[in-house]
Amino acid sequence: MSKATSSPVRSVAAHAVLITYTVIALFPVFLIVINSFKSRNSIFRSPLSLPGPETFDPIGYTTVLKQGDFFLYFQNSLIVTVVSLFLVLLFGAMAAFALSEYRFKGNTMMGLYLALGIMIPIRLGTVAILQLMVASGLVNTLTALILVYTAQGLPLAVFILAEFMKQVSDDLKNAGRIDGLSEYRIFFRLVLPLVRPAMATVAVFTMIPIWNDLWFPLILAPSEATKTVTLGAQIFIGQYVTNWNAVLAALSLAILPVLVLYVIFSRQLIRGITSGAVK
Amino acid sequence: MATVSLKKLTKRYGPLEIVHGIDLEVADREFIALVGPSGCGKSTTLRMIAGLEEISGGAVEIGGKVVNDLPPRSRNISMVFQSYALYPHMTVRENMGFSLKIAGRSQDEIAKRVDEAAAILDLNHLLERRPSQLSGGQRQRVAMGRAIVRDPDVFLFDEPLSNLDAKLRTQMRTEIKKLHAKVKSTVVYVTHDQVEAMTLSDRIVIMRDGYIEQVGTPDEVFKRPATRFVAGFIGSPPMNLREAIVTDGKLAFPNGTKLPLPRQFRDRVAAGDKVVFGLRPDDAYPTGHGLHSGEETDVHALELPVTVTEPLGNETLVFADFDGADLVARMLNPRPLKSGDKVNMSFDLSQAHLFSAETGRTLRA
Repeated sequence: MSKATSSPVRSVAAHAVLITYTVIALFPVFLIVINSFKSRNSIFRSPLSLPGPETFDPIGYTTVLKQGDFFLYFQNSLIVTVVSLFLVLLFGAMAAFALSEYRFKGNTMMGLYLALGIMIPIRLGTVAILQLMVASGLVNTLTALILVYTAQGLPLAVFILAEFMKQVSDDLKNAGRIDGLSEYRIFFRLVLPLVRPAMATVAVFTMIPIWNDLWFPLILAPSEATKTVTLGAQIFIGQYVTNWNAVLAALSLAILPVLVLYVIFSRQLIRGITSGAVK
Repeated sequence: MATVSLKKLTKRYGPLEIVHGIDLEVADREFIALVGPSGCGKSTTLRMIAGLEEISGGAVEIGGKVVNDLPPRSRNISMVFQSYALYPHMTVRENMGFSLKIAGRSQDEIAKRVDEAAAILDLNHLLERRPSQLSGGQRQRVAMGRAIVRDPDVFLFDEPLSNLDAKLRTQMRTEIKKLHAKVKSTVVYVTHDQVEAMTLSDRIVIMRDGYIEQVGTPDEVFKRPATRFVAGFIGSPPMNLREAIVTDGKLAFPNGTKLPLPRQFRDRVAAGDKVVFGLRPDDAYPTGHGLHSGEETDVHALELPVTVTEPLGNETLVFADFDGADLVARMLNPRPLKSGDKVNMSFDLSQAHLFSAETGRTLRA
């Protein structure tokens, strides 16, 4: 760190900006969590106050947990997110490796083609996707969601990972070739460990939209057995009456697993950055 | 241990030909250096031997067997890269043992061979560190350790010392030489530094624009350069090279200065020939301060004005104006000289070189 940035005034100013941003970003989350512990009346009367002895009420959580399927919803969300994430990272990294490592005709065009999906929202194809899923009998299965999310996550993954893989030194890969590594082993044993920070970045960017998505679960897999948490929470939102306690409790609970995953990946991310810094 | 031979080896990128059908025989246990300016095709040639670059034409043989279509791992070679190319996420021990692990050798054998290699290179105390915790010289030694652990037929070095500072480079040069004396395997060493090539190798291959200019021992390429390019490339400071025209027993330089035609070339040129005259700084010196003082057979002296001097302690490089441009002379037992001083400069013409101005080839018999 340079001297200038460590002067107290600058440091205070920088922290003030960061803290302001953090407060703004976390405020809605904070609001959801505190209100999920309050009784219905106090949510409306004083939405900004913390739950006190009089206003505390775990009714939201008991409602959600009594609604027995909620564990199933969690399980569905987790399966869909983790499997999609795994497939996005695996195929994304493989495609990125091919694009960055091998010279072949149409390499650039292929790269552009694969990156096109970043700019075109996959939801535009919803009708066609639904027809496809109906025709292949995948409606109301988690597989349908996994396939769609994998397709949705791949363009960005390929784009980011290809850029990072181009920076892995050729000498290193060649050293691997001379040491007797096959191309697959070079990919798995040399290149993947070295682009781990990029993988973590891609994982975070891929994971959150999948976990939060309401659109595709609603259209492709709305059955009781395949509902995800986000979709499950919608049962408490009615056209005329909304069970706010339950909605807030469900949302609070839904934050937890994704938070855990995020912490795991962000630790990787930070480790990657610092190990690069001292190299 | 093995021989390496290149037969009409060619490399093309599309219509662009980089290496133009070169032939080379490297003997078993020979240390051969490929040297040349950047872009001369030396690294490409090395990478074709390694199998990292596809061969467009001709053949590479290792141990008498054509290896054109073998992948690098099946050629039993090892390579040391300029950037060291150590695996950053592995310790020194893992780096060195990695190829053996991939080959499926037992834990005991790997440990034994890594320890042996580490002992040769004095790396024992560093085995548990990661590359990021090592200095440049140590990384270079690890890279060499990784190469010798495999006990390959041929070692390939791709400018291994270019990333080191001058002092460390000299030190590592000695280590590489010692290493070769110990492991006694065939070495192909690519460098752009002629000093490295001269000091290390048994034979030097000088390349330029994808052609081999000359192959010879360090002594041969220094004393009998085959072309004007080799003459200018080998030796430091470089040989003085001047165009001249032969006129009745003399060399006439463009601005009117004349020198006697060196005796050894008298029968080899005719009046009117355009030639390039070459004289090493060692063979031009202020009279009485020369390398060969007292043994010269064909000395000619000229009075020249000094333009600049570079004192090096034991000797001084004297730049003097010769026919309108600087000529470098090496003055042993230096005495103080200022720019503008007139100095009586001796030219030991028995050591002079003449090249055809047209083809650049030597006019020596």
